[in-house]
Amino acid sequence: MSEMVYRDKKGGGKASALLGRTVLRIILIAQTLAVVYPLVWNVLASFKTNEEVMESPWTLPSSLNWKNYADAFTTAKIGDYMLNSVLVVALSLLFLIVTSVPTAYVLGRMRFKGRKFLSNLYMAGLFIGGVYVIVPLFMVMNHLHMLDSRFWLSAVYAANSLPFSVYLLTGFMKSIPADFEEAAMIDGCGYFVTMLRIMMPMTRPAILTLIIFGFFDFWNEYVLALTLITTDAKKTIPIGLSNLMQIQQFATDWGALFAGLVIVLIPTVVIYALLQKKLTEGMMLGGVKG
Amino acid sequence: MTMKLRRRIFIACCLLPGLAIFGLFKVYPTVQVFGKSLFLWTGIDDAPKFVGLQNFIDLFHDDVFLLSLRNTGFLMLAVPAVTLTVALINAAILTRAQLKERAFYRTVFFFPSILSFVVIAILWSFIYHPTIGFLNSGLERIGLGQWAMSWLGDQRTVMGALAVTMIWQAAGYYMVMYMAGIDGISPDLYEAANIDGATGFRQFVHITVPMLWEIIRITIVFSINGVLAISFIIVSVMTAGGPDRHSEVVMTYLYGQAFANSNFGYAMAIGVFVFIVSLLLALLSNRLTERRDA
Repeated sequence: MSEMVYRDKKGGGKASALLGRTVLRIILIAQTLAVVYPLVWNVLASFKTNEEVMESPWTLPSSLNWKNYADAFTTAKIGDYMLNSVLVVALSLLFLIVTSVPTAYVLGRMRFKGRKFLSNLYMAGLFIGGVYVIVPLFMVMNHLHMLDSRFWLSAVYAANSLPFSVYLLTGFMKSIPADFEEAAMIDGCGYFVTMLRIMMPMTRPAILTLIIFGFFDFWNEYVLALTLITTDAKKTIPIGLSNLMQIQQFATDWGALFAGLVIVLIPTVVIYALLQKKLTEGMMLGGVKG
Repeated sequence: MTMKLRRRIFIACCLLPGLAIFGLFKVYPTVQVFGKSLFLWTGIDDAPKFVGLQNFIDLFHDDVFLLSLRNTGFLMLAVPAVTLTVALINAAILTRAQLKERAFYRTVFFFPSILSFVVIAILWSFIYHPTIGFLNSGLERIGLGQWAMSWLGDQRTVMGALAVTMIWQAAGYYMVMYMAGIDGISPDLYEAANIDGATGFRQFVHITVPMLWEIIRITIVFSINGVLAISFIIVSVMTAGGPDRHSEVVMTYLYGQAFANSNFGYAMAIGVFVFIVSLLLALLSNRLTERRDA
């Protein structure tokens, strides 16, 4: 504020500053509408009957038509897909924590032969994206009978997030002074106890960041879920939705699809509302993540 | 048990679970993709036949691949350029203009970047929908009805329409990153510029952009890679490569070659090619944006 006021006094143009700010506001409000309107439209459409949807995108629904939501759960089985997603997200996060925390602890705080090599290997993993390797991944899993399994899908998710998690946690672990560990060791704690009781609580902020990012990544993941799961009853929500869209397109029956989109949005919106600050802070903590 | 042995066992126990899944699901497939790209392999039960670089030679005689390469190139140029410019301008406005609603805009603009790509793709399919979408009917309302068209069904507009969707998704994410960067710039610089009577625009060009340059460089690389990954979901949900393959991108083409045509070796060659090109692009953009004076 102070800088602006200063300039205003100097230039003597209070009116022009107000004008400038109004222009900026108009630009920002236009963008806000561009972000918010599609979502509002979606919520409105989810309460419309099919005829209303076809009629005009600008009208309000004549009444709250909850039948779309009932359809989404019964005929479109959104609830089942959602349960699968919850299961896969929970399992993946578990895998991720169990593998990344010990790895980062050892790489960040202990000296041993091969440490440098392993750190670099995980670093290189940061640059290998999902779709490049999907064909050989599919082959390996086919060979080992790991396809069509939510358990192994979760393990793949954890493996994909491992390089970034190890990178983030190692940096965090390195910044903790050695005194705590030494004290624990002198008290007779073994390595495992020291790691679990002393180091894990101290890295909680970083672990929390991983869990938040992991939630969004795993909840939204599409390509791997599409390829590695074949039975409809095991599919996760992004796949369920895109299948639903293919079906509805030909049936021109949109209600359940819009309701399904809203149902999927709700957990994301709730978590975003609760953790907004943590999420944007976490982005800074981890540097950048694509 | 000696201390040394216990230490070794501990280290091994900590590393093994991570190495097991990382090795199996990440390292091994990566090694395979390079090796098997040299084979003709056209069925899951067939024995791969070594053909050397033939797959790579075929790529350049494959019109659909070349089209998909052109489309991907368009997205990799247009989407990061517009996304990062919009993000940077918004970040500068929100941090420098000191509006009271700053937190509100920040929350709203960031929101699309946490949405599922599938949700975004479906949502935008309906925005562009020729009969029930609100883009066309909005144009009609403001008297531009003659501009209404089947945005995703016309080969002239399909790539632009997809690019807009991807920009909508990502701009807020990079904006938040830039905002944190601008908050870290010393206020003295702006104060001095104010005393000298520099306008907001000049401050943006001469202070904000140069001070953020390192962050901007990183986001360019991230954004280019993001486009490559996200284009697969956006294209497969919104257009499935249509109309008549005019929105095919390399990732969807790779996927189709592998899982629809069982051309596994060929698909892996596409993967290797794209991997190398994106690595070169990252190096190139790094080189181009390097500051000569630094």
